[in-house]
Amino acid sequence: MGNVPSTVKHCLSSEQLLLDYPWLKSWLLEKKDTTTHGYPECVKIVEVGPRDGLQNEKEIVPTEVKIQLINMLSGTGLSVIEATSFVSSKWVPQMADHSDVLRGIQRAPHVRYPVLTPNLQGFQDAVAAGASEVAVFGSASETFSQKNINCSIDESMVRFEDVINSALEKHIPVRGYVSCVLGCPHEGYIEPAKVAEVARRLYELGCYEISLGDTIGVGTPGSTSKMLQSVVKEVPPQALAVHCHDTYGQALANILTALQMGVSVVDSAVAGLGGCPYAQGSSGNVSTEDVLYMLHGMGIETGVSLPKVIEAGEFICTALHRRTNSKVAQAQSVKF
Amino acid sequence: IDSQCISPVLSDVAAIDTTTHGYPECVKIVEVGPRDGLQNEKEIVPTEVKIQLINMLSGTGLSVIEATSFVSSKWVPQMADHSDVLRGIQRAPHVRYPVLTPNLQGFQDAVAAGASEVAVFGSASETFSQKNINCSIDESMVRFEDVINSALEKHIPVRGYVSCVLGCPHEGYIEPAKVAEVARRLYELGCYEISLGDTIGVGTPGSTSKMLQSVVKEVPPQALAVHCHDTYGQALANILTALQMGVSVVDSAVAGLGGCPYAQGSSGNVSTEDVLYMLHGMGIETGVSLPKVIEAGEFICTALHRRTNSKVAQAQSVKF
Repeated sequence: MGNVPSTVKHCLSSEQLLLDYPWLKSWLLEKKDTTTHGYPECVKIVEVGPRDGLQNEKEIVPTEVKIQLINMLSGTGLSVIEATSFVSSKWVPQMADHSDVLRGIQRAPHVRYPVLTPNLQGFQDAVAAGASEVAVFGSASETFSQKNINCSIDESMVRFEDVINSALEKHIPVRGYVSCVLGCPHEGYIEPAKVAEVARRLYELGCYEISLGDTIGVGTPGSTSKMLQSVVKEVPPQALAVHCHDTYGQALANILTALQMGVSVVDSAVAGLGGCPYAQGSSGNVSTEDVLYMLHGMGIETGVSLPKVIEAGEFICTALHRRTNSKVAQAQSVKF
Repeated sequence: IDSQCISPVLSDVAAIDTTTHGYPECVKIVEVGPRDGLQNEKEIVPTEVKIQLINMLSGTGLSVIEATSFVSSKWVPQMADHSDVLRGIQRAPHVRYPVLTPNLQGFQDAVAAGASEVAVFGSASETFSQKNINCSIDESMVRFEDVINSALEKHIPVRGYVSCVLGCPHEGYIEPAKVAEVARRLYELGCYEISLGDTIGVGTPGSTSKMLQSVVKEVPPQALAVHCHDTYGQALANILTALQMGVSVVDSAVAGLGGCPYAQGSSGNVSTEDVLYMLHGMGIETGVSLPKVIEAGEFICTALHRRTNSKVAQAQSVKF
């Protein structure tokens, strides 16, 4: 059997592959067996470790360490790495070096480095530092919006509209985040319809993708399913991503549920960086390693090398003097 | 970011859904903490602590609590007090207390101590069988046949375990057909339920699905249980997959007791608390009280001077 270049294999439909490589038929049939029925063939991982992960780590990480982490991640096959956040250093000291980080990284071809830009000022600073993709961060909870970014959901949409319009003028794509999609630390239960509404507004403003975040990790396959049923009425599943927190250990189960409902973009953080600011000592982001292990075990293509991500995780955990949150990395680090 | 928040009441955000399509309405939890969990803990637990743990679990709504193992104390010192534990617990009505009985001697000791349900422990891996119980799979089946026949004569139900169903620490990949064969043999010998164990936790929804597709050809899904280890963080995803394939019995351990003997420092059993949180959040009935299981978990972790492996218990123990 000959070799199929990974760039060809990655995310091509099986019909197209058969036309180009007729000898692939039996290989593909075998692959279809391993890809469990009802799941996408490919999943895009959005690596949020350097931003969302580090933002929630107590220890301030030196700029050169952040740069090295991103450079290592750039060599793993990841196609999207959220690099930093152009938020005021008064609010998020960890991200004070945003311009230095963005300018300092070695940008790999075929990898995008979105940055958070909460407002027009942040956007302009990001562009000045060379940003070619940005993200805005809304909420499905009114109270969380007030406490987190000091304005109502409606007010935040006005700010985002400014950012998005400016970005689109410069042909800079914008990703939209919705937080608290399965629960809010202040309000508790969040109506799926509210999540759908906020997602729709961001999508209509021009965000190409909406990442739905279970900010406090309380979601289950039940609430994930209900929420997505509402959201897909307003935003096509191909434009959705899930950003699951593992605070209650539910992340992989929730991701699995989302995949079954047509979502094929998953946010995760190397080494499960970033605790939960709302439950001290508890975990936050799901580990990229654990997500990759699951997806690869299901025959789902990601284009990402698990061993290389584990390596990047070991690097940052050593730098942070902390243990990895990834169970895969933990298990791999000991001899069977 | 303001970190001062009011703790959301779990019920507000968790159990809000009716049964999600394609899942069973009810799931039976088989609590294996006192046996499988403690067996893999380094610290020897005093008999009275084991008894108190089981008594606390008996008040949670759990209907099956694996109490102990009638294995030689030479091999498993943690279970040396098996008869005292079984005699010492306060048996709640509607709760069953199966015990492991690897051979006829163990079975007879178990019956003498009042056992009313037993379990035998086979393997889908030849090498694991040799290293774990010092005999081949075929030889183990002969032993189990003796136990099962004696048990059935006394109307004592027998549960069968199959280990290494998704991978073996020695052999690596295990053929689904082999798992199906061993499960079938135990079922045909008379086991009422077969618990399929991912002993080293390497399984994923992909391999879980493939394995179960083979097994259900030989054993009806209603007679199957999954015993998932969380060593690679895959347990809940694997359980979800099994439920979608018609399995409705799940083994788990309070506080995720029991590390992985094959990956030191790594976790083993999936936590009962985390499983319950997921199932209740899906509107699936279990009859078990999550807060009471968390309480039992706190008790045993204090006694063991260790942190819980349950993420739910961890999150609940801190103020939001």
